[in-house]
Amino acid sequence: MSEVTQPEVPQSAALDKIREIIAGKDVVLFMKGTKTMPKCGFSSRVAGVLNYMGVDFLDVDVLADANIRQGIKDFSDWPTIPQLYVKGEFVGGCDIITEMTLSGEMDALFEQSGIAYDKAAAEKIREANA
Amino acid sequence: MPMEAQDIETLIRESFPQAKITITDLAGDGNHWAAEVIDASFKGMNRVQQQRAVYASLKGKMDGPSGALHALALTTKAPD
Repeated sequence: MSEVTQPEVPQSAALDKIREIIAGKDVVLFMKGTKTMPKCGFSSRVAGVLNYMGVDFLDVDVLADANIRQGIKDFSDWPTIPQLYVKGEFVGGCDIITEMTLSGEMDALFEQSGIAYDKAAAEKIREANA
Repeated sequence: MPMEAQDIETLIRESFPQAKITITDLAGDGNHWAAEVIDASFKGMNRVQQQRAVYASLKGKMDGPSGALHALALTTKAPD
């Protein structure tokens, strides 16, 4: 029988919490680790891109809460972490964010959502990967 | 338990019989894969929809911390 270190939280409580989080901040990244100490290569890549572009975002460390870790996968109907939410909408995981950054679609998304970002930095990313 | 490239391709192909599927082992450990799936059914779907369809084809292999597929980098698109 495995040890339980915290009481079981009903699934709906985790989903409500997630709803609250993504409503409360324009850009939210559900990731493994934190924006300054990522704990996975894919999470690190997305956090790194957002940091590099100077985007103000909330990092939610799914490793700190098993209910959120599973909850966000159910909520988004998406099996992997990281997951980026912009204005309450699921944008994608690492692969999608990478493609969108390289294509300029990320720039367009930020612009149409009124989210501040460093365009020159985004250009540098594209140049470095051309 | 790690999966084999052939297992992943077979699973995806069940849902996308005409697709061009390329599987790459990213880390050589059977646990970190990249899959490129090019299929006509993706026309008109955005990336999230396309990737959701591929995840669905993997029939729960990614579920949970002990899921057989730990990491799968996905590239999806419709044929040019």
